[in-house]
Amino acid sequence: MSTYGTSAPAVPDSGADRPRGGPDTVVELRGVTKEYPGGVQALAGIDLSIERGELLAIVGPSGSGKSTLLHIVGTLDRPTSGAVNLAGHDVAALTDRRLSALRAQHIGFVFQAFHLAPGATARDNVADGLLYTGRSRTVRRRMAAEALERVGLADRMDHRPHQLSGGQKQRVAIARAVVGAPDLLLADEPTGALDTASGEAVMRLLHDLNADGATIAVITHDTEIADSLPRQVRIRDGRVVADTASPAGTADAQGGVPAC
Amino acid sequence: MLTQPALTPTRLRPRDVLHTGSAGLRGRPLRVLLSALGIAIGIATMIAVVGISASSKAQLMDQLDRLGTNLLKAGPGQSIIPGQDVRLPRDSVATAARIPGVEHTAATGDLDQPVYRSELTPPEDTNGIALKAATGDLPGVLRGRLRDGTWLNAANGRYPSVVLGHVAAQRLGVGAPGGQVLIGDTYFTVIGILDKVPLAPDVERSALIGWEYAQQKFGFDGHPTALYERSTDASVNAVRKALGGTINPEHPELVAVSNPADALQAKAAAEGAFTNLLLGLGGVALLVGGVGVANTMIISVLERRHEIGLRRALGATKGQIRIQFVTESLLLSGLGGLAGVALGAAATAVYAGAAGLPWVVPPWAVLGGFGATLVIGTVAGLYPAVRAARLSPTLALHAA
Repeated sequence: MSTYGTSAPAVPDSGADRPRGGPDTVVELRGVTKEYPGGVQALAGIDLSIERGELLAIVGPSGSGKSTLLHIVGTLDRPTSGAVNLAGHDVAALTDRRLSALRAQHIGFVFQAFHLAPGATARDNVADGLLYTGRSRTVRRRMAAEALERVGLADRMDHRPHQLSGGQKQRVAIARAVVGAPDLLLADEPTGALDTASGEAVMRLLHDLNADGATIAVITHDTEIADSLPRQVRIRDGRVVADTASPAGTADAQGGVPAC
Repeated sequence: MLTQPALTPTRLRPRDVLHTGSAGLRGRPLRVLLSALGIAIGIATMIAVVGISASSKAQLMDQLDRLGTNLLKAGPGQSIIPGQDVRLPRDSVATAARIPGVEHTAATGDLDQPVYRSELTPPEDTNGIALKAATGDLPGVLRGRLRDGTWLNAANGRYPSVVLGHVAAQRLGVGAPGGQVLIGDTYFTVIGILDKVPLAPDVERSALIGWEYAQQKFGFDGHPTALYERSTDASVNAVRKALGGTINPEHPELVAVSNPADALQAKAAAEGAFTNLLLGLGGVALLVGGVGVANTMIISVLERRHEIGLRRALGATKGQIRIQFVTESLLLSGLGGLAGVALGAAATAVYAGAAGLPWVVPPWAVLGGFGATLVIGTVAGLYPAVRAARLSPTLALHAA
């Protein structure tokens, strides 16, 4: 390691050799901390950047701060300090209204508990992913049909959530998250509520979507799932303790364990 | 860095607002029914109260329309000089008929003779029936009708024939013409029975006999006690001014002129006073209904934290969440309002049908009632909606 490298932050940055904030950087976190009322520090200085087309795992045990990180990357919450840049927008400079627009246009969410509307068909659930993007209902439903086809549920369009298996529900939720082709797909424990086979199918789907160009961050406590992804960002006690190189990175991207 | 398009939240289309606002209702039909019921009862009460009152008013107005307001009655006035003759002159009918605009005239004169069913009736049992001499086409001028039989004319008026007002006929137990009643010491043949005469209730309680025959038989002095004239609508006021002076040029102040329709109009106006109390009751019911809606909405917000969180994650602004819940509240109370209007209109129809009234539900009551539900829906939904919008999206998503 060069002296230059040792003077770098303790946490290696896979994107260190590329221009930061370039057109291909979807997420960039600099020194992000989050403190909850009562003095609980969930994040203690996170630097993280995610390039377009990456598929990475943010992995850590419960209480590590990965959920807080998800909220901050997903702009559902704001950091106590530090800078968050998402799809070229400085989150700190945005009002709540503009943050909502940012989520509508640039981020897709997948949750462990699916959060599908029980009374609506798979197609309408997916179409709801575009509800706040200003598209007409006809367009939303057409795009929803395409997204369902893409996740392999073309024959389940008019099924309601209670008529679907857990794996199918999660695929509907994934279709809802990607229907608007967001810059970033955040999946929070996407396999947490599924059996092994369904979980594997969901992970295969995420791989396929990534192969088609989607940028996907999977938040999980499951190291096995994390290890199946090209890049792992390990979180513990509110810090990034390991960040493997992204295959999308340059040839001399650093990898492996942190120096500390 | 690429220049990014401005991040401006898009507006939901009206149809989408309606759709998201109704999504919560579609999933819970029973709750919707129960909380809309309170509003429905309040609105139904108010619509029914207004409707029933309007229906009876409409009947009075119909009656006024039919009876006309162009009838004037002249009678003896009151004198401040004791012993002064206040009677209408004998030729009053003929003079009144000459006033420009007067089209028809008729008169009655009171007679002091009892009317009995037969000689077996105890003398004190007069039934409050008055005997009147009548001249002219009295039923025509009063726009009363003969229920049965014929009116007095030049021929039968010379004989002991009598026409009974409907109250008088009922009290005497005479159902149809042809029978006889005892007036003074003579049996008179009933030749006709009048229908209701709303413009002259005293005629309803009278037995009417021919003018000449009354003079002949009972020594009637020929002074009318009540003179009725019907003029063209345009000349009512002119006739009213001229009537006293024309009938009695020396003492016009001794002629009391009145418009019998005034009493009916006053009755129509009085109908409104009573309904205010009932309207107040309906208002209280409506208020309670509004509280019910607010309660339902608060529970709905608590239950749907995940949905709210999801919508925020999908990009809904706080304003869009607020609008969703206000819309839901509006739909809830609006449904109640619609049901209430229908119920109230139906209740009015049932009442009107039973009481023989025309069915009238004033449009202003329907619009007002519905407008009130919308106001209540907004007010009831506002606080829950603000609460929903304030929910932190992370909190809303996390209570899984």
